[in-house]
Amino acid sequence: MSVFDGFKFRKVYSPIHQLDPRVKFFYILVMFAIAIMFNQLLPLILLFFIQLPFVFVAGIQREWARSLRGALFFAIMIFLFNFVFQYFWTEYPLPPSSSLLEYSIAMTLRFIVLVESFSMFFLTTSPDHLGLALEQSHVPYEFCFAFTTAVRFVPVLAEEAQTIMDAQKARGLELERGNFIKKVRNYIPILIPLIVSAIRRSLELAEAMESRAWGATEKRTNLYVLEMERGDYILILISVLILIFAVYVWIFHREQIPLLTNFLAPLELTVTKMS
Amino acid sequence: MAIIETTGLTYTYPTGTKLSLQDVSITVERGEFVVLTGPSGCGKTTLCRCFNGLVPHFYGGKLEGNVAVAGLKVGDHSIYELARHIGLVFQNPENQLFALSVEKDVAFGLENLGIPRSNIRQQVDWALEITGITGLRERPPHELSGGQQQRVAIACVLAMQPDVMILDEPTSFIDPVGAQKIFDVINELNKKLGITVILVEHRLDLASKYADHVIVMDEGKVVLDGEPRDVFSSDSARLIGVGIPKATRLYQVLKERGVPLKRVPVNSEEASQLLREVLTHDRG
Amino acid sequence: MIEVKDVYFTYPNGVEALSGVSLSIRDGEFIAIMGQNGAGKTTLVKHINGLLKPTKGEVSVDGVSTQKVSVAKLSRKVGFVFQNPDHQLFCETVEDEVAFALQNFGFKEQLIKKRVTWALSLLNLTQYRQSSPFMLSGGERKRVALASVLAWNPDVVILDEPTIGQDYQQKEKLRQFIVQLNTQGKTVIIVTHDVEFVAECNPHVILMAQGKIMAEGGAKETLTNRSLVTQAFIVPPQISQIFFELSDLKLPTNVIDVYDARKVLLDRLEVSS
Repeated sequence: MSVFDGFKFRKVYSPIHQLDPRVKFFYILVMFAIAIMFNQLLPLILLFFIQLPFVFVAGIQREWARSLRGALFFAIMIFLFNFVFQYFWTEYPLPPSSSLLEYSIAMTLRFIVLVESFSMFFLTTSPDHLGLALEQSHVPYEFCFAFTTAVRFVPVLAEEAQTIMDAQKARGLELERGNFIKKVRNYIPILIPLIVSAIRRSLELAEAMESRAWGATEKRTNLYVLEMERGDYILILISVLILIFAVYVWIFHREQIPLLTNFLAPLELTVTKMS
Repeated sequence: MAIIETTGLTYTYPTGTKLSLQDVSITVERGEFVVLTGPSGCGKTTLCRCFNGLVPHFYGGKLEGNVAVAGLKVGDHSIYELARHIGLVFQNPENQLFALSVEKDVAFGLENLGIPRSNIRQQVDWALEITGITGLRERPPHELSGGQQQRVAIACVLAMQPDVMILDEPTSFIDPVGAQKIFDVINELNKKLGITVILVEHRLDLASKYADHVIVMDEGKVVLDGEPRDVFSSDSARLIGVGIPKATRLYQVLKERGVPLKRVPVNSEEASQLLREVLTHDRG
Repeated sequence: MIEVKDVYFTYPNGVEALSGVSLSIRDGEFIAIMGQNGAGKTTLVKHINGLLKPTKGEVSVDGVSTQKVSVAKLSRKVGFVFQNPDHQLFCETVEDEVAFALQNFGFKEQLIKKRVTWALSLLNLTQYRQSSPFMLSGGERKRVALASVLAWNPDVVILDEPTIGQDYQQKEKLRQFIVQLNTQGKTVIIVTHDVEFVAECNPHVILMAQGKIMAEGGAKETLTNRSLVTQAFIVPPQISQIFFELSDLKLPTNVIDVYDARKVLLDRLEVSS
């Protein structure tokens, strides 16, 4: 479950947690756009490091690191894929160049930056905060309600799944035994009660909703309201400035972005000289 | 003034083969505390749903006869219109709470009605206070015990300030101590705020001390309707298989052996008082 | 013979549910484990069929530690009927449902058919043999769950909150059924907070609070002990409450049953007349 832990919200009160989700989402989109704009390693490294102050201010280092670990498998896959594919496409049969290596690392880092920014978003945004943001962004209420209700029932369903497993284990069901096909079949006695229970639960929820005036008016009001505060405006400003800077570099200077390997070149010369 | 009135109410569910309700005619006066009971499948749950409009609007099916709540004919008004006058608390506490914090759940009904934010805040705070759960306002429902969840559900309905509150076996999944707390809250709503209460219960020994009107159903029909003492001590109650309070049962078995108590007790305090009179009187 | 030796259990989320519980259950006993929600009752019984293993201490069934045997193997001896039958039902017919465990335990086809027939008739479900379990009423589904456990004839039957949502008549039938099971030699353990039900069954009672066993004894002794009952957050049976309130009249206090109460009162009235 550790990969998912990297995305689960925990109730902590930091300045980042208080920020308007819509503003945080805008920031994420900016990171997203910049990560896509550049193929070069250097800007992507910078982008990765920009996240860190936010992570520390929010106090979510441990969970964030965990999501990094979770993304590692895919990161390695992406690296290998890019490296091997590009090599056979461009440089074969010569030995692979350092710029190819750098390019593959850049693609991997792009993926990591995307994962990390989304992880940070979900770790610092409570589901009801998110639901409220959706509502105020004029997403139809039915969807916002479905979203928050689903999140609310996740722990309930998890517990129910555990109880069902216990109940069937107590009837002799052995979940670990058998080959792959048998193992999948063994999950039917778990899935069916879970699904049937979910359907029954939905019916009860629908009754309760109706009984509390669901659908009474088109103009639903809300106990809470999201209002932009100073911190939100600051984040918007930071995001816009970063975006402007990135676009400027991309338009005018992207050909001039140095390869990191160039900085390492003197080392190479010394090595060859010595041998 | 009757707050609920039904005449000749008859209903079958769309997929049902037999009548769920047969010619039910009852009257509930404003401010009463009604206990509705009967064996499983007798129609008490269906009857409750007729009061708030789930039958026929949500369940469909054919509803015959008349049922009026707070002067409104249920068939002519939508469920959300009726929700302003009558609230329903269900058996399973977990499946009535949708939000991620208690106060948001309590606000749900008011939000649906389009009530302005400042008024919502006021009514939510008031409902939380009366049900004694102000301290739980920011907790997510999953962290609460069954008894606490059920009190939240009561607050959710209370916030809409209905004239009538129906509770359908609210303590089924709750332990007796938690159940007692819930009955105390319900009783307060009835005695202090004047809300008419209809409580569907099997555990008559816990619930009977609050009731001033008891209705017993069996197989879709109303079999007994009247004062708790008369209903519990009647022969029909035992025949149907209603679990009358043990205090009343004790009265009955003593009467069989020629020891009559002055009145029919429905709870332990009344029984001990009456027994004391008999025992000390004999001594003297 | 079930032995629980100084068992401690902490859930993964850090909650200590059992703090030093020791208990012996002999074959053929009838036991009710009572206490508030959260006292540790269900946690305790889940150790008996191995669903939970102690963090400290040991649980053994017929001399074998539960750490050494799989849940499936323990379940052959210890049947567990869960509170909500809908957490078990998944088959197309009631027959398949009742046969499920028998198939898991490796019973032969012939024997399975026999056992299914027997279990269904025991619980008055024969007419539903080919019905879908999902189409049955709540009470009927409970009986299917019970039948599916009794079908393999375990020596021990554990019932977790069997009276929830049941009306008086259903509880009466259940009570008679449980007593019958016990009379036939099965060890019966019920976890419940329904005092009136326990008062009518009159089993050996174990009172739990905060992860510990507070007291054990016959139903008459434990449920009428005022301080115990308050500490365990239990509401005493109504008859006992009546006698508590009359305690100054020096009447015997260990009365929980209506007919016993009548006898005591009539005796007192005879004496004074």
